[in-house]
Amino acid sequence: MPDFLYFLQQLINGLAIGSAYALIAIGYTMVYGIIGMINFAHGEIYMIGAYTALIAITGLATLGIAWLPLILVVALVCAVLVSSSMGWAVERVAYRPVRGRHRLIPLISAIGMSIFLQNYVHLAQGSRNVGFPALIQGGFQFGDPDSFQTSISYMQITIFVATLVCMSALTLFISHSRIGRACRAVSQDLGMANLLGIETNRIISATFVIGASLAAVAGLLLGMYYGSVDPLFGFIAGLKAFTAAVLGGIGSIPGAMLGGLILGVSESMTSGYLSGEYKDVVSFGLLILILLFKPTGLLGKPEVEKI
Amino acid sequence: MLEVRNLSMRFGGLLAVDQVSLDVQEQEIVSIIGPNGAGKTTVFNCMSGFYKPSGGQIIFDGKEIQGKSDHKISLMGMVRTFQHVRLFTKMTVVENLLVAQHRHLNTNFMAGLLKTPDYRERERKALDRAAYWLERVGLMDLANREAGNLAYGQQRRLEIARCMVTEPRLLMLDEPAAGLNPAETRELNQLINSLKEDYNVSVVLIEHDMSLVMEISDRITVINQGRPLAAGTPDEVRNNDDVIKAYLGET
Repeated sequence: MPDFLYFLQQLINGLAIGSAYALIAIGYTMVYGIIGMINFAHGEIYMIGAYTALIAITGLATLGIAWLPLILVVALVCAVLVSSSMGWAVERVAYRPVRGRHRLIPLISAIGMSIFLQNYVHLAQGSRNVGFPALIQGGFQFGDPDSFQTSISYMQITIFVATLVCMSALTLFISHSRIGRACRAVSQDLGMANLLGIETNRIISATFVIGASLAAVAGLLLGMYYGSVDPLFGFIAGLKAFTAAVLGGIGSIPGAMLGGLILGVSESMTSGYLSGEYKDVVSFGLLILILLFKPTGLLGKPEVEKI
Repeated sequence: MLEVRNLSMRFGGLLAVDQVSLDVQEQEIVSIIGPNGAGKTTVFNCMSGFYKPSGGQIIFDGKEIQGKSDHKISLMGMVRTFQHVRLFTKMTVVENLLVAQHRHLNTNFMAGLLKTPDYRERERKALDRAAYWLERVGLMDLANREAGNLAYGQQRRLEIARCMVTEPRLLMLDEPAAGLNPAETRELNQLINSLKEDYNVSVVLIEHDMSLVMEISDRITVINQGRPLAAGTPDEVRNNDDVIKAYLGET
């Protein structure tokens, strides 16, 4: 029984972190789906979301506001607004002017954007990590108090619920709204969509904004979960989320969700049964295996040219 | 309605189109024919804004449009298809028709979220128009299938329906009968004719199927090696010595 509870604990931890990876991975996969390029500044957009949330929380605290739901909503709204305008700006500055050129050019301009944003936060917020208040505390515990107890914190539950809400909303939006319909058309054939009168530039901006908003949600959640942020906060999370997107099949939204969860669980299982130091080895090892044996990812469809 | 004057298109040292002229009146079907590699599709690409022509003028509704973007030209009411079918294959048949009406829809994010009366009204109209054209091209029963799963002939018809929901004034069809069997070609023939008769649409057609071309064209322009060879009614073109030589070779 303790063995099972221990396993369950790792599973819960893995799903919590995996949900957040999935939220970030959506941004990579949607942008790739539409313009066939990786947004290398996406990790930074997530980091800026976390910082914005922290600033909003600190601001409200100095005003003496202590009602938790209000704090969370204000922090969320601020993070989403700032990150999504940042996502919009990244597209305008680093992608649109060089669209249609050689593929390396937007890649490099996006990496430049990422370096710029990272260093800007270094300057503006300092390079030391800053404590993030644990706004949501407490949790449940079950199992025998004398041996191992599995705990699930309210924070983890918040992550599950927030992720579930975001993913459902996104799925509905993509499948049912007019903009979602246009997004799917643009991702299948940009030239044809343009020819049919769809304003493809607006749709491309919309995907950057949607991806950035979800990253901002993840920034707030993981900031509270880890309890601190620093300017490099986005780098490793971005790398992990990118791995998750490739794992699930880049370009596929359900793939990004699945990839995030698999990556999170495999990391926490490695930490739990092997050693925390091996978790990155396992996640990137998994990526190499997938690329070797199923290069299109778990849910990606192979591109077959019809002859 | 459309006038192409002395159109030229040069790719490096190759003059792919040389001084081609053609005009299309309201409610008229004009075909462009010629041997493979004659430059027919290049003429189309210039007209629809894919290429910026090296010389000449293209006038649509009294406005010069050469060099304008494909997006702008299509918004003016000149819509084209391609030699190969380019549907949104992973979307359903009806979604293909709805997405083509995107610009007629209210895409304001808040309006969509709140489902304002205007939003609903336009969505309903778009759906009505889609349903009308599905009925018209005989694809109503397949409305919720993925477009990529349709038979080839059905995909061709869906493509024409997708052009028509944008309410174009001039339709440019690049080899619409390619790969169709004789029965499907006859259906296509009737469909194109009715577009002209019932919906006041003019059609420019590139086609290799001579029976189709001779039957439905009001006028035909023949191009050979990028140069205009002949123009006239189907009968005139059929009996033109130059055309016969170009197609059968000289002896």
